[in-house]
Amino acid sequence: MYDIVVVGGGVIGGMILRELTRYRLNVCLVEKENDVCMGQSKANSGIVHAGFDAQVGTLKAKFNVLGNRMMPKVAKELGVKYVNNGSLVVAFSDEEVKTLEQLKQRGEQNGVEGLEIIDRQKLAQIEPNISGKAVGALLAKSGGIICPYELTIAAIGNAMDNGAHLETNFEVVKIEGEYPEYLLFAADGRQITAKAVVNCAGINSQKIANLVGDEYFTVGGRRGEYMLLDRESGDLVNHTLFFTPTKLGKGILVSKTVDGNVILGPTAEDVDFNDTSTTSQGLNSVAEKAKAMCDNVPFYNVITSFSGVRAYCDRHDFIIEQSPQKRGFFHVAGIESPGLTSAPAIAEYVVNELIGGLFELKPNQNFNPNREPDYFFKNLTAEEKNKLIKSNPAYGKIVCRCEQITEGEIIRALTVNPKATDVDGVKRRTRAGMGRCQGGFCQPYVAEIIAKELGVCLCDVTKSGGESKLLTGESK
Amino acid sequence: MKEFDVLIIGGGPAGLAAAISAYDNGAKSVCIMERDNRLGGILNQCIHNGFGLTRFKESLAGPEYADRFVKQVETRNITVMLDTTVLSLSGEKTVTAISPDRGYFEVKAKAVVLAMGCRERSRGALNIAGARCAGIYSAGTAQKYVNVKGFMPGKRIVILGSGDIGLIMARRMTLEGAKVVAVCEIMPYSSGLRRNIVQCLDDFGIPLYLEHTITKIEGKDRVTGVVVSKVDENRRPIAGTELHFDCDTVLFSVGLIPENELTKNAEIPLAKNTRGAIVYQNRETLCSGVFACGNVLQVHDLVDFVSEESELAGRCAAEYAIKGISAKGGVNVVNGKNVTYVLPQKLDLDLQSNGLIKLYFRVSGAFRNCVIALSCGDKVIVQKQKKIAVPGEMETLVIPKDKLSLIDGDLTLTLEA
Repeated sequence: MYDIVVVGGGVIGGMILRELTRYRLNVCLVEKENDVCMGQSKANSGIVHAGFDAQVGTLKAKFNVLGNRMMPKVAKELGVKYVNNGSLVVAFSDEEVKTLEQLKQRGEQNGVEGLEIIDRQKLAQIEPNISGKAVGALLAKSGGIICPYELTIAAIGNAMDNGAHLETNFEVVKIEGEYPEYLLFAADGRQITAKAVVNCAGINSQKIANLVGDEYFTVGGRRGEYMLLDRESGDLVNHTLFFTPTKLGKGILVSKTVDGNVILGPTAEDVDFNDTSTTSQGLNSVAEKAKAMCDNVPFYNVITSFSGVRAYCDRHDFIIEQSPQKRGFFHVAGIESPGLTSAPAIAEYVVNELIGGLFELKPNQNFNPNREPDYFFKNLTAEEKNKLIKSNPAYGKIVCRCEQITEGEIIRALTVNPKATDVDGVKRRTRAGMGRCQGGFCQPYVAEIIAKELGVCLCDVTKSGGESKLLTGESK
Repeated sequence: MKEFDVLIIGGGPAGLAAAISAYDNGAKSVCIMERDNRLGGILNQCIHNGFGLTRFKESLAGPEYADRFVKQVETRNITVMLDTTVLSLSGEKTVTAISPDRGYFEVKAKAVVLAMGCRERSRGALNIAGARCAGIYSAGTAQKYVNVKGFMPGKRIVILGSGDIGLIMARRMTLEGAKVVAVCEIMPYSSGLRRNIVQCLDDFGIPLYLEHTITKIEGKDRVTGVVVSKVDENRRPIAGTELHFDCDTVLFSVGLIPENELTKNAEIPLAKNTRGAIVYQNRETLCSGVFACGNVLQVHDLVDFVSEESELAGRCAAEYAIKGISAKGGVNVVNGKNVTYVLPQKLDLDLQSNGLIKLYFRVSGAFRNCVIALSCGDKVIVQKQKKIAVPGEMETLVIPKDKLSLIDGDLTLTLEA
């Protein structure tokens, strides 16, 4: 029996899992998909927000500001890229400049440091491609960017290196018992028992709550569509650019990513279920808004478009609490934006304040907070590269030419925690297939390496688990 | 650091022909770097025939065509480095490469020939809405699975784009027992060769939907269908014209992009319309001693022309390495009315060259009974009549030697319908 089982392998579940392994606890994470990080944590903007957006006194405000401060260290430990590029809320009218003043005030009340309102001239200086219609901006120096799936995968991998277990394809459909013995049933009949449960199921967190009779909050899905530009256009912007929030909504953002691409999006559209398909209206709207923000947006350099469905909650704040009627059952639900930024702070709070109220937190002497990055070869020196190729020639074979990812890194992604088992899993860990040709060249090679390492037929390799086999059989 | 007279990046049809030609024209040390584990490039997966009709007057399969060149490379003292990816090229012609055997290493060359070929434009570049599930491939990736790996990427196929690879794959998938339910083309004409439309679609009763595009891909784990719409003259989908096709696979054959990342990083100027390097008639780029040929320079219709162009580049690279013959200055050749690009973009009229100057170009639409003219200011240098000109078929125009003296400024190539 586990001490604690975490339901949901997104950034919240992942960071909580890692935090739990700092202590001598027997922990497990269950994820309904074939891989971790398959929900909103894999398809969001990747922004480390400064913390001026959330209403004063909310959990969002508290954890955002804390998480923002924690992120550089967490990223460093986990071998994840983090860039403190700063963010700008851009105003297009005097009316909007007034809103910036309010945002600045709110941010300062929330404890955000380094907020400054800048004029058109300075804005144009630091963002040469900003629209001629922009009149000023709120500069938040503590704003940053991170890769959300890199962070999530690294957190779960690090937790596993420190003793945590992972069960994938474990869709929780029934929960019985109570503290200190919960019994979780998977759709395929597997069972897990644990003394306590943490519900981090993202868009499905209401479903999980309902399984133990908690029906006091509602979680819905909101779809956001994005476009991604080639690294060649990576210098379109330096900061993360937001529109000034108006009664009509927040608009989209235009930002560099830690890998040097530019991300445009997201739209916001309520959807009934987890429909992550893109729409032509959505993509057109992203393009229109990006054009309003920046001049010279190089749409010819779009390499892909995608969408994610993010959870939103009728409480309009994070739900981080013990079930009112089920001891040892914790809900970490409705974690909408700024959830990614808040994740490290939420994890620390959940473990210290909530789990700590139930379990004695004895430090795990063997806890190692550090993890090696999943791809790294191209950043090594010539000498280091040669040393590595000598010991393992697979590092001398480039498989993904767009991102310069080696066979060695791909094999590694299939063998280190949490092990990739499908093409998208390899892609999220190594970036093989994320470049300008979008896997057109390397996919057959990646699939072959997967087949070989997993000891399966090439025709059984999937894109992302389930029924997503790449091939339908042998040719004649 | 090892030094070669001529270093060729890429061992596909362009690299092979360039290497042989460089060697035969006196280069003492020639090296081909190829990232795959064999020479031949994309020809290795093109098992259909039709290659070599112009050059060898016979119809060969892709691997057979490649083999004729590989055999010639083998009988010469040409260094071949397989499994070797070139990571960077400097203006001083130092190349950084990597391979499992040699590790991460540098070599220097007197002349470099860029022969990296091209890549397929992906679905992502088109912003086509819908799912991102299994069953969505570029035509070339599907071709690799079927012809090289021996596996089928699907059973019921819709193809977007009627370029040659799309047409070839429509036939290939049909012969392998799959059902190709539709080939959609956003333009009012196919960009593929006429012979391929007849032999790959018409002969198998596969419908071609001109002025149609895919507006939505459906599916969760795997593609289950597509929505196809007719487009207006601005290529925008017309509401109410939606057709639905059930399918498990979508193949994209929506254009080829010269693979010029190395060229860009070496800061060698590219032409916007070809997305390849700007070159002189000897295929020398604006970086002295660096040459380019084949699909990395301009996307050809026929491999026969790739070989021809690459022999020119290989010879001129050898002349540069041995005698220091290099193009400079000169006049520009500009694409005018109804012409989308012309190559070479520059002519050095003082260059010692023993070949005729041949211009390659593409036209912007389908034209009948037209006149193609190369002019210099008000002077017409050369002109010729064409019965039919279409964007899918590359055109050429030779400038006779006796006309060269008439050129005293930039040239413009136009098509009058």
